[in-house]
Amino acid sequence: MTLFLEQMLNGVQFGVMLFLLAAGLTLVFGIMGVINLAHGSLYMIGAYAGTWIAGETGSFLLGILGAFAAAALAGVAIEYLVVRRLYGRDHLDQVLATFGLILIFNQTITLIFGRQPLFVSVPAILDGSIEIVPGLEYPLYRLTIIVVGLLVAAGLYLLINKTRIGMLVRAGSTNRDMVRALGVDIRLLYTLVFGLGALLAGLAGFMAGPIMAVQVGMGEQILITTFVVVVVGGVGSIRGAFFASLFLGVVDTGLRAYLPGLLRHVLAGSEADALGAGISSMGIYLIMAIVLLIRPKGLFMPNS
Amino acid sequence: MTPQTEHSSRRLLPALAVLALLIALPYLAQATGYTAMTTLATRVLIYGIAAASLNLVLGYGGMVSFGHAAFFGIGGYTVGILYQHYTLGEPLFGFIPGTNQLLITLPAAIVVSGLFAAAIGALSLRTGGVQFIMITLAFAQMLFFLFVSLKTYGGDDGLIIRRANELPGLNMRDKQTVYYVCLAIAVLFALVLSRIIRSRFGNVLSGIRQSEKRMAAIGLPVNSYKLVAFIISGMGCGLAGALMANFLRFASPDMLHWTKSGELMVMVILGGVGTLFGPFLGAAVFIVLESLLSSWTENWQLGLGVILLFVVLYTQGGVQALLGRLRRRA
Amino acid sequence: MTPILNVRALVKNFAGLVATDNVDLTVEDGEIHALIGPNGAGKSTLIAQLMGELRPTSGTIELAGRSIDALPTAGRVSLGLARTFQITCLLPDYTVLDNVAIAAQVRSGHSFRFWGDVRTETALREEAMQLLTQVDLQSRANALVVNLSHGEKKQLELAVAIATRPRLLLLDEPMAGLGHVESQQMVATLRGLKNQVSMLLVEHDMEAVFALADRISVLVYGRVIASGTADEIRNDPAVREAYLGEGDELC
Repeated sequence: MTLFLEQMLNGVQFGVMLFLLAAGLTLVFGIMGVINLAHGSLYMIGAYAGTWIAGETGSFLLGILGAFAAAALAGVAIEYLVVRRLYGRDHLDQVLATFGLILIFNQTITLIFGRQPLFVSVPAILDGSIEIVPGLEYPLYRLTIIVVGLLVAAGLYLLINKTRIGMLVRAGSTNRDMVRALGVDIRLLYTLVFGLGALLAGLAGFMAGPIMAVQVGMGEQILITTFVVVVVGGVGSIRGAFFASLFLGVVDTGLRAYLPGLLRHVLAGSEADALGAGISSMGIYLIMAIVLLIRPKGLFMPNS
Repeated sequence: MTPQTEHSSRRLLPALAVLALLIALPYLAQATGYTAMTTLATRVLIYGIAAASLNLVLGYGGMVSFGHAAFFGIGGYTVGILYQHYTLGEPLFGFIPGTNQLLITLPAAIVVSGLFAAAIGALSLRTGGVQFIMITLAFAQMLFFLFVSLKTYGGDDGLIIRRANELPGLNMRDKQTVYYVCLAIAVLFALVLSRIIRSRFGNVLSGIRQSEKRMAAIGLPVNSYKLVAFIISGMGCGLAGALMANFLRFASPDMLHWTKSGELMVMVILGGVGTLFGPFLGAAVFIVLESLLSSWTENWQLGLGVILLFVVLYTQGGVQALLGRLRRRA
Repeated sequence: MTPILNVRALVKNFAGLVATDNVDLTVEDGEIHALIGPNGAGKSTLIAQLMGELRPTSGTIELAGRSIDALPTAGRVSLGLARTFQITCLLPDYTVLDNVAIAAQVRSGHSFRFWGDVRTETALREEAMQLLTQVDLQSRANALVVNLSHGEKKQLELAVAIATRPRLLLLDEPMAGLGHVESQQMVATLRGLKNQVSMLLVEHDMEAVFALADRISVLVYGRVIASGTADEIRNDPAVREAYLGEGDELC
């Protein structure tokens, strides 16, 4: 039972990471109509910058700041130099240009840091585990990720529903011309939203550092999973992204933890492990297929 | 001469010249001592078939699929799996005998990838626009994971095909022969594609790209046509994948990797979206660029990224349009 | 006689907003029925529901006595429904002739034909040319749509719609943006089509409406507030109040 609870918490932790990425992706698409494949690169940049600085200085805090700064800088640079020219272009151009950005970022990181993954250890104050319920020791670091993710979600909720910027973001996602007509500096708004998305991606990347390997290609792996989250939750919906992230995070983690064991009842050990790993990595895509069959616009979108 | 025939002859002549050059290519390669040219050209032809297939949905139908590597890989694995069962002598699923005959494996690859395209297309076309991109990418990734987990067929490491498929009367171990087989198939494929593009089907497909709303309003069940285009396109990629597996004598999850889908799109845009020969030209540019850049640096993709960014942001219509503009200026 | 179009109790809600409020509407065979109303009255929404582009919340639509509620757009078109768009919606890369010919092609059967060259199908090209003559656009047959004037696009919209050989034509503001002379031409063209096809004419241009319509219905805030001949509508106090504001003269 405690093991099951632990797996559920791991699922929530993965879900929270997915949310940090999905929120930015869906905001950028919802308000600017741009699909940004290089969103995963911002995650990678945050991870590399933060991990490297934390490793060099020994300060986790400086690491966080470094991750934020690098991701935000890269994000604003991408927006200013490339994405800004893609508003109003068709999706094909957006996909190809941002695919080009992925290649550039991946190779640049390889040139700077080499092909070996970077590792960083959990900072001392977050090391160790605490007993959440009797008998369940859960790593403090993962718990922190969950808390940070939930705080960010709450903050985004407030930002979007209670502030003027949020009002513009909401209006902008349904009616771009209206926002323009209100005399808002739409370019500034776009840059801000893009920067915010980049910050969240950088944060996720940095937090992933101590529990996953920091390596080239990490961004695309999680990006594709994030796409599934966005499709399941409904494009443009932060709320949908939140619930879909947690749901898929838990399902994915649960499948990986339990499917090979279940298969071992019917197959030989190594084959069961391989097939179990394969099918469990397919699980979220199958869920996406089912969602497309019953609610093609996403689980959390109003059906019109 | 009527304007119509004059128009087609003006297009036919350069095509024939290119064809003559392609037929002579292996001899030119030998004469110049640059024998690697033949294998390079074989890869160009195979990727050209794949890119031209993708272009049918991308350029003519306006559907941005980021998952076409899936069909390329499925075509390759069809050849590989049939070959493995042929060498082991045990039928696939207990009733499908393995084979090493190209005349069977190619149609099989086309049919199987067509079936996968039907399933993925039917699901992806339930939405459009940006979701379509994400969904095709996601499903291709799913199949990637599937093949990685299939230990029976090599898993991560892929599937080695010890000998290329046999074609009666030809020595398929000879690189030059493989080149000519690929050339013949590519020419045939381009001919079929050019008919499809100009047919009633191609006409409504192009109409759908220009305005889906208009096509629905004149009574076209739009989604059926998009799906059929998607299936044809998947079949073409499957054919290319089957040829590639024969050429490399190897099928691996790499064929389905999402970057391969990206590369196919890059070829299409380099050559010119929505043109018949553009994707072949784009494949040639891509392959040559790849081998040039990678001979200088192992980080050749950095250069590719920069070029891609430039092409998308600053040229309209890829290399073919660029050539056209230069020709008009000259 | 069964009316060509029979709409009963049609309702469409958008998240709390009532766009179509219990609309009853009939178009008799051979008639031009005009639908007028101020901006935002729900006229375009109504057309979209008739075509099956939007699902109504409730209500029924019959075409020549047959319920079409369950049919998708394509099915409705094959039963004889066609529309024009207020903001013209044409195939921009194609010529004028191509735009009409493709409509004739779709009408003539399925398009799962992969071999013959469609541009050499003389039957389709000739039919398209004939339709262009009907809307007086034959001289522009080989022009690209992007190079057409606004008025020419409006004429082409009409030709494309007729190419599907409809029994009922839904016209969404065919005069919008036309100059006086162009409007008069359009009125003449529509009058010429009257013996071929019934029409539901959504229009703001009152001169055109009174020149063409056999009957007029007035839509305000999604409701039909009056229906009758031109004279009845002109003198209906509810219409004068709701549509014109008090005291204003019509036209």
